[in-house]
Amino acid sequence: MASELDLSRDRLDAPFARRVEELSGENPYACYQCGKCSAGCPFADYMDALPNQVLRLVQLGDESALALSAPWVCASCLACAVRCPKGVDIAKTMEALRILALRKGISPAPAGIDRPYPQIALVGAYRKLTP
Amino acid sequence: MKRLAYFPGCAMKDQARPDEAGTLHALALLGYEIAEIPRWNCCGTVYSLAQDDLMRHVGPVRNLLRVQGMGEKRVLALCAMCYGTLARSARFVQEPERLARINAFLDTEEDFRGGIGVVHLLTLLRDEVGYEKLPSHVKQSLNGLKVATYYGCMLLRPREFAVDDPDRPEVMERVLEALGAVPVPFPERTECCGAYLTVGRKDIVEERVGRILRSARGGGADLVVTTCPLCQFNLTERRPPEAPPLPVLYLGQVLGWAFGADEPTIAALLVGQPTPGEPVSSGGAR
Repeated sequence: MASELDLSRDRLDAPFARRVEELSGENPYACYQCGKCSAGCPFADYMDALPNQVLRLVQLGDESALALSAPWVCASCLACAVRCPKGVDIAKTMEALRILALRKGISPAPAGIDRPYPQIALVGAYRKLTP
Repeated sequence: MKRLAYFPGCAMKDQARPDEAGTLHALALLGYEIAEIPRWNCCGTVYSLAQDDLMRHVGPVRNLLRVQGMGEKRVLALCAMCYGTLARSARFVQEPERLARINAFLDTEEDFRGGIGVVHLLTLLRDEVGYEKLPSHVKQSLNGLKVATYYGCMLLRPREFAVDDPDRPEVMERVLEALGAVPVPFPERTECCGAYLTVGRKDIVEERVGRILRSARGGGADLVVTTCPLCQFNLTERRPPEAPPLPVLYLGQVLGWAFGADEPTIAALLVGQPTPGEPVSSGGAR
C-alpha cells in the first residue's frame, strides 16, 4: 500500500511564521512560490537567498531566515510588492525579518560607511539598520 | 492666488536647493501662494513597513499636525521620499486606534485629527494645473532636449500611493513635453537605484546606477530628470567610471529654467556635472 502524503497545513503553521506575519501584516502562506518577486528583484544577484526562498523559509518556520543577508540587501524598492500575483508585499516580510534580527541582536547588517553620503541616505540607513 | 502648504524636507534646503528654487518660481507663475509649514522636521526618509512600530510615524505625523495647525487640508512635497513617507504615514494613522495611540504619545495641545492629503508636484501639475497650461509660461523652450525621465521607486510604489501607473507612468514625460523637451525610451526608469544602500553597500549602488545610466544613454538622452534627491545623489556620485556621465537634474530645476527663473540659482547644482544643452549623445567633450 502506498504511503500517505500529509498535505496538512498544520505542520507548517509555525510560531515563527506567525510572528513574521504579525510584524509584517502579510500572510506568508498566501505565497505559492511562483518566483516573480525574485525574477524582478534588482538586488537578487547580491542575495544569499532569493526573495521567494526567503519567504519559503518563513512558511516552513525556519528561523535560519534571520541569519540571511538577503533582507539587508533589500532596499524596500517594492518592485516585488507591485508584481506579486497574490498581493503579498514581500518588502514587508523582509522588514519583519530585519526587525526580528535586530531585536534578537543577530543582525548581519552592513557595518561599513561609504563616503560621501547625503543626510537623506544616512537617516534612511539608520532607520532601517538599527532597532 | 491659491494657497498651498509646502513641506520642503532636508534636501530642499541643502543638496536640492535648485529644485526648490525652480519649483517655487514656477508655482508662483501658475498662481500658487506657497506657504512653507512652520517648524517642520525630518519626514523619516524611509517608511517603516512594520505593523507594531508606531514610533517611526511620529516624524511624519508631527509635520501633518503642523499642516492641520495652518488650517490646511493638504500639503505639497517635491522630494519623492518625503512624498512617500508623508502620504503613507497619513494613511497608516487614519486607523482610529493608531491615531489615538500616536496622539497620546505626541502629547501636543491639539490632537492630530487625520485627513491631511499629501500631493506631489507631478500630480499637482497634471490634475490641477493641467499640462495644457504649461506651454504659455515657457520663456525658454527646452527645444527638443532629449530627456530620460527617472521615476525610481517612491513616486510609483506602493500602488496605492503611485502618482501614475506603476508599470507605465507618463506624467513626467507629459510635463517635460509641455516644456519643449523630448522624452526618450528609458526601460530602467522605474528601477531602484539602490537608495540608502549607498551608505554601506556602495558596490551594489554603483552597479545599479551604471545600468540605469546606460539605459538612459541607450535611448539617446542628453540628461536625466528626477524628483528624488537620493536618486540624484546616487546617479551622479555613485556613477561607475565606465557609465555615461549624463547630467542629472531635478524636475523643478528644469521647470524653473523653462519658466525663466534666475539662471545662476537653477544652475547651482550643475557644478562638476556635464552641461545640459551640450548633447552628450553627439559626443561632447567629457
